[in-house]
Amino acid sequence: MKRKTLRHVAVTGIAAVGLAVLTACSGPASGGSGASGSTYGFDAAAQEKGSKITVWVDAAREPIVKAFQADNPNVPISIETYDGNAGGSGSFQTKIALLDQSGEGWPDVVFSTQTNDASWAAKETNGVQAFAAPLNKGLLDDAFLKGFTAGANDPMTVDGKVYGLRNDLAPVVLWCNQKLLDQFGYKVPTTWEEYQDLGVRLAAEHPGYILGSIGDSFVGPYVYYWGAQAPIFQLSGNTFSSNFDDSKSKNMTSMLDSMVKNGTLVQDSVFSGSFVQKYADKIVAMPGPAWYAGALFQNPQSLNSPKGEIGAAVPLHWNGQDKVTGNVGGGVWYASSHSKNLAAVSTLLKYVISSDKASSLASGLPAYDAAASKWLDTQAASGYFAGDFKGAVQTAASSVWKGWGFPSFSPETAYAAVVVPALAAGKPIADVVPEWKKQILNEAQVQGYTVK
Amino acid sequence: MATATATAADSRTVAGRRRPGRTKKPDRSQTRIGYAFSSGYALLLVAFGLIPAVYAVYLAFTKNGSFAGLDNFVRVFGDYRFWPAVQHVALFILVWLVSMTLLVVLLALLVHAVRSRWASSAVRFLYYIPGALAGASSVMLWLFLLDPTVSPVAFVLRLLGQETFVQTVSLENLPIVFTLIAFWAGAGGWIIIMYGALNNIPVEIMEAARIDGAGPAQTAWHIQIPLMRKWISYMVVMSLAAGTQLFVEPRVLSQASKGVVPQEYSLNQLAYLFAFRQNDFNGSAAISLLLLVVAAGLSALFVFRGGLFERD
Repeated sequence: MKRKTLRHVAVTGIAAVGLAVLTACSGPASGGSGASGSTYGFDAAAQEKGSKITVWVDAAREPIVKAFQADNPNVPISIETYDGNAGGSGSFQTKIALLDQSGEGWPDVVFSTQTNDASWAAKETNGVQAFAAPLNKGLLDDAFLKGFTAGANDPMTVDGKVYGLRNDLAPVVLWCNQKLLDQFGYKVPTTWEEYQDLGVRLAAEHPGYILGSIGDSFVGPYVYYWGAQAPIFQLSGNTFSSNFDDSKSKNMTSMLDSMVKNGTLVQDSVFSGSFVQKYADKIVAMPGPAWYAGALFQNPQSLNSPKGEIGAAVPLHWNGQDKVTGNVGGGVWYASSHSKNLAAVSTLLKYVISSDKASSLASGLPAYDAAASKWLDTQAASGYFAGDFKGAVQTAASSVWKGWGFPSFSPETAYAAVVVPALAAGKPIADVVPEWKKQILNEAQVQGYTVK
Repeated sequence: MATATATAADSRTVAGRRRPGRTKKPDRSQTRIGYAFSSGYALLLVAFGLIPAVYAVYLAFTKNGSFAGLDNFVRVFGDYRFWPAVQHVALFILVWLVSMTLLVVLLALLVHAVRSRWASSAVRFLYYIPGALAGASSVMLWLFLLDPTVSPVAFVLRLLGQETFVQTVSLENLPIVFTLIAFWAGAGGWIIIMYGALNNIPVEIMEAARIDGAGPAQTAWHIQIPLMRKWISYMVVMSLAAGTQLFVEPRVLSQASKGVVPQEYSLNQLAYLFAFRQNDFNGSAAISLLLLVVAAGLSALFVFRGGLFERD
């Protein structure tokens, strides 16, 4: 072939391919074809009975889905583990955004450790139908949905539609080592002020013993600041605000700084090997979510506390103020609106929420009432936890402070980026509060909120 | 120096005398086979390189299908994460290119100087092995090395004042950390290539240099390195391209450190967040385009200064 003709052909070929690709890419294919909206309350994809469902879970939730697989061999299921959105990593959102672009390959059920995913998953984006399927418009029956603890599904409810099912309630309680408290002759603290005083006494009389760790980015904001009713993460409509000058915020910051200084609060992550090695039998008291029960104290790979030593006490509050507490996640199960086997999906959801296996494999307080009382009774009967475990947890579950915001981003990222390195460098939190506040507000702006 | 230019001039005139004889019968079949071999690569380059680039240009200047001028770029420049990301990448590239060039050339010269064949092959093999671990896996390995509580070289970290993982991956240390990871994985391949380039240098030149009384350092500085110029500039251009697109290392470290290493450390990470966290594909394309322009500009500089396409 002559050289000139070859060049012409090549150029026209490339141009043609380019044009084809550009027209194809000019907009994603429109969403679901198939069943009308009436049966489920949304545009479901064409259902294929018996088709395989894909479930995304984190490592801690894999056992319950495997149990479902064992109990339901006729439901073809593929389990994939991912980081579960831990630490506000946004993996769930970014993966779904990628799949929205390609127009196929969505999982059928997803578990996320964060409770704020409905802020993006319930919305249509770039012309693709919202990923999360509404569950209370026909997919799950009302009798089942009524069985949840009051308010458990509120973070996932948008305009009366419930988009996700709460896995567990994670109210913050005060975990105590009753044995050490008795040994040292200390009373269980009931207020933040008493907690701080206990720190001073402990540092003087028994150095080396600790009252908690703030090296994890979920502990700082959720356990301490939320529990202190500090208005540092407020959302009202589309306006976001963060107030570190409020007395509650300031008092909590100075309390944390003084306890880090006297050594009663450490910086090792509660999930790290060094925490277990150094402090397994040195924790006198530690505010933390209810799921510390299974994740830390009863976990052979973690603290593995002996029976009868650890107990849960009612959460701490400011002296004279409301008796409210914080909440650390709780995890949510989402169903995909693109699923081709919604029957299997609803069976799976009912199983992981309300089956007997669900309460026996639960590492924290289940959000489903029936499973919750079963779990609490099992714990009480085993005698593993000292004191009134059931009472403390139930009190905490019903007193979570409702003033904390649920925007589409997590407070954990700002804490991890600003506060954790500052603490590692020996700086007090008070020094980096302006930078921390700026980081939170910047993240809010980037997500599209108006910042006050 | 005189010896080198004299020999170069000789070879040119020799080639000149030979050329008239050569052009009498051009070998068409060789040309056709050449085209056949490179057509596969060219097709893939068009499909996965040129077309996405054109698409990115289209996205960067539009918004929701309609022309948006420079709006996307303005928005990107105004984002609070953009300039810190630029600084991070610029600092990383500076540290990496300088240390990489120096160390790779030095190590290649050392390997080339090894006399015994088995020792030379063994050393080259050892250099190459780390490169066999692909991207994320090598970062996973480094996660253990960087954590003073589990690292086999913990004493080195403690000597440098790093007591915890959080301290090791603090912002000031990151350019060095990423340089170490990238060097460990990538240097081996480049040392092999430089070794090949050194083998290309005619033995006569080396002997002439030795006769003239040049020591190893002088030979390296005056003869070997100038003759490796093309290869060094090739390495710099490829490393520059990879360095500006830094993504895997900060991403894995960000997840492993649970956010202590920022999610938006490098420009490519920022582009990823724009696209998949904020649904802003146009802003993401704008960042990619900026990266393309800068990388292409710097590469052009090295290509022409380094004489990459000169024929001698």
